[in-house]
Amino acid sequence: MIPGEFTYHRPSSVAEAVAILVSHGDEARPLSGGHSLIPMMKLRMAAPEHLVDLGGIADLKGVAEDGDTITVGAMTTQSDLIASELLAAKLPIVRETSELIADPQIRYLGTLGGNVANGDPGNDMPALMQCLNADYVLTGPDGDRRVPARDFYEAAYFTALAPEEILTSIRIPVPPSGHGYAYEKLKRKVGDYATAAAAVVLTMSGGAVSTCSVALTNVADTPLFAKEAGEILTGSSLDSDTIKRAVAAAEAITEPASDGRGPAEYRTKMAGVMLERALARAAERAQG
Amino acid sequence: MNDMTPTREQREAALEGMGCKRKRVEDIRFTQGKGQYVDDLKLPGMVFGDFVRSPYAHAKVTKIDASEALKLPGVIAVLTAEDLKGVNLAWMPTLAGDVQMVLADGKVLYQNQEVAFVVAENRYIADDAIQLVEVEYEELPVLTDPFKSLDEDAPVLRPDLDGKMEGAHGPRKHHNHIFTWEVGDKDETSKAFTEADVTVKEMISYHRTHPSPLETCQCVASMDKVKGELTVWGTFQAPHVIRTVASLLSTIPEHKIHVIAPDIGGGFGNKVGAYPGYICSIVASIVTGVPVKWVEDRMENLSTTSFARDYHMTTEIAAKNDGTVTGLKVHVLADHGGFDACADPSKWPAGFFNIVTGSYDFPTAHLEVDGVYTNKAPGGVAYRCSFRVTEAAYCIERGMDILAQKLGMDPADLRIKNFVKPEQFPYQSALGWEYDSGDYHTAMHKAMDTIGYRELRAEQKAKQEAFKRGETREIMGIGVSFFTEIVGAGPSKNCDILGVAMFDSAEIRVHPTGSVISRMGTKSQGQGHETTWAQIIATEIGIPADDIMVEEGDTDTAPYGLGTYGSRSTPVAGAAIALAARKIRNKAQMIAAHMLEVSEYDLEWDVDGFQVKGNPQARKSMKEIAWAAYHAPPQGIEPGLEAVSYYDPPNMTYPFGAYFCVMDIDVDTGVAKTRRFYALDDCGTRINPMIIEGQVHGGLTEAFAIAMGQEIRYDETGNVMGASFMDFFIPTAVETPHWETDHTVTPSPHHPIGAKGVGESPNVGGVPAFSNAVNDAFQFLGSTHIQMPHDAWRIWQAAKELGAHG
Ligand SMILES: Cc1cc2nc3c(=O)[nH]c(=O)nc-3n(C[C@H](O)[C@H](O)[C@H](O)COP(=O)(O)OP(=O)(O)OC[C@H]3O[C@@H](n4cnc5c(N)ncnc54)[C@H](O)[C@@H]3O)c2cc1C
Repeated sequence: MIPGEFTYHRPSSVAEAVAILVSHGDEARPLSGGHSLIPMMKLRMAAPEHLVDLGGIADLKGVAEDGDTITVGAMTTQSDLIASELLAAKLPIVRETSELIADPQIRYLGTLGGNVANGDPGNDMPALMQCLNADYVLTGPDGDRRVPARDFYEAAYFTALAPEEILTSIRIPVPPSGHGYAYEKLKRKVGDYATAAAAVVLTMSGGAVSTCSVALTNVADTPLFAKEAGEILTGSSLDSDTIKRAVAAAEAITEPASDGRGPAEYRTKMAGVMLERALARAAERAQG
Repeated sequence: MNDMTPTREQREAALEGMGCKRKRVEDIRFTQGKGQYVDDLKLPGMVFGDFVRSPYAHAKVTKIDASEALKLPGVIAVLTAEDLKGVNLAWMPTLAGDVQMVLADGKVLYQNQEVAFVVAENRYIADDAIQLVEVEYEELPVLTDPFKSLDEDAPVLRPDLDGKMEGAHGPRKHHNHIFTWEVGDKDETSKAFTEADVTVKEMISYHRTHPSPLETCQCVASMDKVKGELTVWGTFQAPHVIRTVASLLSTIPEHKIHVIAPDIGGGFGNKVGAYPGYICSIVASIVTGVPVKWVEDRMENLSTTSFARDYHMTTEIAAKNDGTVTGLKVHVLADHGGFDACADPSKWPAGFFNIVTGSYDFPTAHLEVDGVYTNKAPGGVAYRCSFRVTEAAYCIERGMDILAQKLGMDPADLRIKNFVKPEQFPYQSALGWEYDSGDYHTAMHKAMDTIGYRELRAEQKAKQEAFKRGETREIMGIGVSFFTEIVGAGPSKNCDILGVAMFDSAEIRVHPTGSVISRMGTKSQGQGHETTWAQIIATEIGIPADDIMVEEGDTDTAPYGLGTYGSRSTPVAGAAIALAARKIRNKAQMIAAHMLEVSEYDLEWDVDGFQVKGNPQARKSMKEIAWAAYHAPPQGIEPGLEAVSYYDPPNMTYPFGAYFCVMDIDVDTGVAKTRRFYALDDCGTRINPMIIEGQVHGGLTEAFAIAMGQEIRYDETGNVMGASFMDFFIPTAVETPHWETDHTVTPSPHHPIGAKGVGESPNVGGVPAFSNAVNDAFQFLGSTHIQMPHDAWRIWQAAKELGAHG
């Protein structure tokens, strides 16, 4: 449980951080809250020779509204997300999800950027960002590029992020007011990753679903945007037949690992149960 | 008497003696982060040791090449079995009469087994060096299923035992067989089964788990080569035994070995035995001449130093139609891992599992335990229980529920019908114990009334109907557990560890000014001895508990004792304390008589001093007497005021309790929520009710964890699964149910203060209560037995198999 040797860097600007990454290539890794990276280093599953601590870069923190988009700086901690009144008003599902991540100690340090950049299918924010159709802003030696969360994840710990890039912010389109939402997470205990979890954001009008977006956590080697499930539900009155079909469609795209949380079959079924419960709560919250 | 003279009640209260909810004195340092644990110790020149461990569960070790590691600056030495052979320590004896490799000698028997010991200037270098030690393995077929251990073609795990068909506990019948332990009357029991109206049979498994104390095992060994003295600071529940073992193994005379157990962050049985880390640190310090520290990390702790349970108990009960039990038959397949390193009294290969008749009057019983080897870590420690008592309690408490189901009887009523009756105590059990005391009926009725048992059953029935009608997806279970423990090992007639009788001891010294230092052979790991021991002394000799210092854990100063585990401290050392205190009081009486110029027979004890019978104004307080003992000792009486007592208990003590668990289960997720948990404990005289409550809360939380998911699991290739807190279930305050505690008091008739020990009862009684609740919930769907642990996915799977998912 002791990491190998590494050199510690603490740049004060994004440009400086990127320059360090460029000069060390694969051997360097950005460090945010450290609550995924450091445990992996202690197990020597990760052995970066250079750690680039982003904690000294002031402009990577904060939540701001910009027209119909909310931009969250990568270094905004999960506890900052919970505290943000702006998010609570416009994107309450972010608070709901953040509160289900780990425990307060970890949330004080763990960041949104680290959570979504990490690429661990157990992280909760990636599926939520897919559900909300967020974009990640990646800054490299050639400037910024935007990658949709729905296209970012390739496999466990493999993402669209290049070794010399830093994820600097997350841009989330604000869903219409009166939308319904829910993040349902089944876990063994506080501080555990999901056995399965489902994020739902929907809008209703006249008792029917007008838009619906669904994503799933920790039931495959990447987060899953359940496109088909969302489409099945759109236009429906959330009758039990449609829900059953949507649940089946969501379950069909899962490919969970069997681990201490349960065998694959169980985790697939739990993704379905979480979706069903998230739908019920989202519908209850939706206006219209 | 003027107004300022304190009343008798005030004087009594000022003592904070037995029965007082005295705050834990040790918490003053613990809550300020000022405890002194092994890892806080920093000695000049101290170096660090760490292990190269095997990635394989079963393999030959064909080559160990440490040359690259030794080139790393800061690496001092790399020890292997070959080096240890030079000092005859490549293997060490276990408490169970087996031998165990200290470092892999030609082969490994479980994943993470210790292969080489790297010594380096600091922990970082040691860990880097581990990666540089090259070990070549040749994989062997792996055996993880104890049910396959005795197959004819099962792999040979222990070639060192080749041809040795006589083990420490009798004949061995197979190369992977360790012992057979048989108790009871086989023929009578068979007869009871032939004549029974009803019989039940079930294989009840108690899965492998781990005590996982917050602080892992660790030590600092320091050999002073000039004086020829060895000092070892370590996480030892039994420091004196460690000193004796260290002396026998190292041939350093016992008086030149100093074993010190500083503050210990929880033990739960994990810190009773001797582990390779201790031996290697000692050898490394002898080799290097500097102090060597070894600290286990969490994964090492969970995967190597001592598992608990892993008992597979085929249980049969014979009964009459009216529910009267007539016979009990149990066969246990005990998985001991690669070496038999169980920490039981030496003559008891399956501990006190023969308490398995529980609280019930079985006229006859028969028990057979077969211990076998597998490619898993050794251990088999008593995780917060007296030796194998938790397994026994689980076995009989599940068994009684299964019988009740077959008979169509209420499980609480079935228990009451078969309880040993108050007038039967002292009670001779069919498997050989003499239960000292008990009043099971009173306890059970109080518990049932308090929890509203009959109403709960009615509610459950209504919920089952609603479930069948499809109105709810939630089912309800009521877990009943009525356990009897056997603790306080133990009488020299049946208990020893490596030949040392299992007595315990206390030494009390009263200083001239009337304050006290006292030392015991026990060692607190969180039990609060510094608080409670002082309370016993306070009541016995009338000196306020706050003026009494309690010290444990230093073998140079404490009298020899067998340590703290198996709920033995209060039954054994607690008695020694009371008796040492009474010696002091007796001497004080003689001094007081002299001071008051009366015969000692004319004096009577009154709270905190002696008074002349019929003339209470003529009195001497203990404080005055103490001064006199040093200032003007009466002629013919030795000066000073101190006493030592070694106590060999005449019998064990038998705490008992009635636990009820009410659970609601979501059949669609398998998530179980404990709605209520009620625990009534009878531990005899209650020394500190607040500490008892704390012990019960802690033990129940462990029981909850064990029953509901805490497990050390292996895959078929012997990989240990979930040996970190990511998977190993340690509940937080959020998951932990609310505990309702209660008590009755049936003092032990043979113990000087009537106390029985309580620290382990909640773990022993709690596990069956939780498991019975889960099982009870599914009975109406046709289930007879669902194996632990009851984590959500397993409950879900059980529900699915019973057709509950439609
Ligand atoms: C006990 C425990 C329980 C947990 N439970 C949960 C849980 O239930 N749900 C959950 O979602 N998470 C959980 N976590 C993880 C926690 O939320 C982490 O904080 C989070 O996953 C990573 O954020 P971080 O800021 O700590 O990132 P770090 O650990 O610092 O980094 C994670 C990875 O992302 C990379 N990285 C970080 N920031 C950037 C960036 N700006 N640009 C590019 N790459 C970057 C790093 O190089 C590293 O590879 C848990 C952690 C622990 C220790």
